[in-house]
Amino acid sequence: MASGTQAPVADNPAPQGETRRDFLYIATGATAAVGVGAVVWPLVNQMNPSADVLALASIELDLASIEEGMAIKTSWRGKPVFARHLTAAEIATANQVDVSGLRDPQSLADRTKEGNAKWLITLGVCTHLGCVPLGAGQGESRGDFGGYFCPCHGSHYDTAGRIRKGPAPLNLEVPPYVFKSATAVTIG
Amino acid sequence: MSFPWAKQYQPTTEIGKFMDSRLPLPRFVYGALGAGYPTPKNLNYFYNFGVLAGVALVIQIITGVVLGMHYAADTSVAFDSVEHIMRDVNGGWMLRYMHAVGASFFFAVVYIHIFRGLYYGSYKPPREVLWMLGLVIFLLMMATAFMGYVLVWGQMSFWGAAVITGLFSALPLVGEAIQTWLLGGFSPDNATLNRFFSLHYLLPFVIFGVIILHVWSLHIPGSNNPTGLDVKSEQDTVPFHPYYTSKDFFGLGVYLIIFSAFVFFMPNSLGEPDNYIPANPLSTPAHIVPEWYFWPFYAILRAFTTDFLFIPAKLWGVIAMFASILLLFFLPWLDTSPVRSNKYRPLNRILFWVFVAVCVGLGVAGGKPAEEPWVIISQLLTAYYFAHFLIILPLVSRLEKPLPLPNSISEAVLSKFGGSTLGDGSRPGGAVAQPAE
Repeated sequence: MASGTQAPVADNPAPQGETRRDFLYIATGATAAVGVGAVVWPLVNQMNPSADVLALASIELDLASIEEGMAIKTSWRGKPVFARHLTAAEIATANQVDVSGLRDPQSLADRTKEGNAKWLITLGVCTHLGCVPLGAGQGESRGDFGGYFCPCHGSHYDTAGRIRKGPAPLNLEVPPYVFKSATAVTIG
Repeated sequence: MSFPWAKQYQPTTEIGKFMDSRLPLPRFVYGALGAGYPTPKNLNYFYNFGVLAGVALVIQIITGVVLGMHYAADTSVAFDSVEHIMRDVNGGWMLRYMHAVGASFFFAVVYIHIFRGLYYGSYKPPREVLWMLGLVIFLLMMATAFMGYVLVWGQMSFWGAAVITGLFSALPLVGEAIQTWLLGGFSPDNATLNRFFSLHYLLPFVIFGVIILHVWSLHIPGSNNPTGLDVKSEQDTVPFHPYYTSKDFFGLGVYLIIFSAFVFFMPNSLGEPDNYIPANPLSTPAHIVPEWYFWPFYAILRAFTTDFLFIPAKLWGVIAMFASILLLFFLPWLDTSPVRSNKYRPLNRILFWVFVAVCVGLGVAGGKPAEEPWVIISQLLTAYYFAHFLIILPLVSRLEKPLPLPNSISEAVLSKFGGSTLGDGSRPGGAVAQPAE
């Protein structure tokens, strides 16, 4: 009784509505949520590409040895790249197609560099689920449209690497590249 | 389930009494697997497959941990380290084949286990949670088996990893980011192999944990049985031990004989020869297929070849493949018939076998090249697969008139022997089918 410390608490009426205690409850919960998030994010982020994987060098490619009608495969970012020397007939076939009727409308000119329409450089990665289409190697099936054929789920690409048939949604991707000279290309 | 007639554990030895009042593990085992667990007396051999699946998991964990002692998860040596196991490690060839064939057998057993549940209505109330936990185990199994197959770092390993992580790239907006996150790069490489090893080690223990929940939720209502009827009296049951422990051990013996025949005489018959070629990131094998136990889902994935409803074919395939399993979570509410067992569902019984044939057909189509006529066959079978669950099953459940149900499990068992022990010897032929509960 003499201390008088308990009496004021006991005399207080029950607090109505929102109180500081409710605020403390929410603030504590919010702090805990931020803490959990700060712990979880590094655990998730460690699986994203590491620094050595992100250190992507560009590659040099010499086209001089590719004869007309032939293609070579090379590797960039761990993915195959196809460089094809199109024949006149293949260029003509690619240009005859009605672009607006394609699943992914692009003309051959959109997919090659100006003045170098005979060099078709694409990623050798099917846009469906990422297999390497056949057609770059000698004697491989080139599908119903004379370009590439993906054996995984039967996607057919034409002579401009455009998707024509099968489940793939997009044309074979054209990587960023520049011509350094008539036959030397830098990819990346 | 602890029926009123379930026997109670009585410790007899001093150490038994000591433990029972401190950590009653023997009491727990006695009540779960021993004589304290009365079980329907009419379970047939299809009810062995749960135990066989458990044994298959244990075989995988033991051989897997052992293989992990000799395997190196690095792209430069992974393939060679597997050959090192085959050639140099004592009995390594056998352990490797046991693990590889073991995965196939695990899936074979689980598929029979699932279709057993489908036939006898084991997913129906009160066993919905049991069913759904089983599906969770199935999904975990598929993820685990996929990552294990990648570890060899052969051609099928590499391209399987490329295709399966590629599934996620079909998702709009976040898809590419998720695929890069899974791979740890822009294509399957060392980072991918390394993390798959870690996760392939982890997931079997997660499966083990979910199996504990699966068995727990089985033991609350107790086993279903071929009649689908509930247990009504002590006459309907026998203690689990020794009746079903010995039956399970007999089934296990037969299983191990067949398993051994495969391991020792045809270990590669269930695998793809291309996985004996080291991974080549620049060339996809002309005839790439997943392992046989993924074929039905693979057939569904690639059945979608054209865009419709503003969704690209690729995304349709991915949605359909995942939906083909997720749909099963809703099965207890799609099949509304109160009768559990197909033994008493004349129309649904036929449709069940049609469904089994469709699943087998999808499996065959999934193992073939993506060429006609297999594309159109896959498409028709995929359409039927979804129609079965979404249209046929709900309709049949409403329209079908079930056969008369026996009054009890005992009566059903005894009627097989002429019914002479049934008092008046007659079956309730004119009785209206009673709900299973």
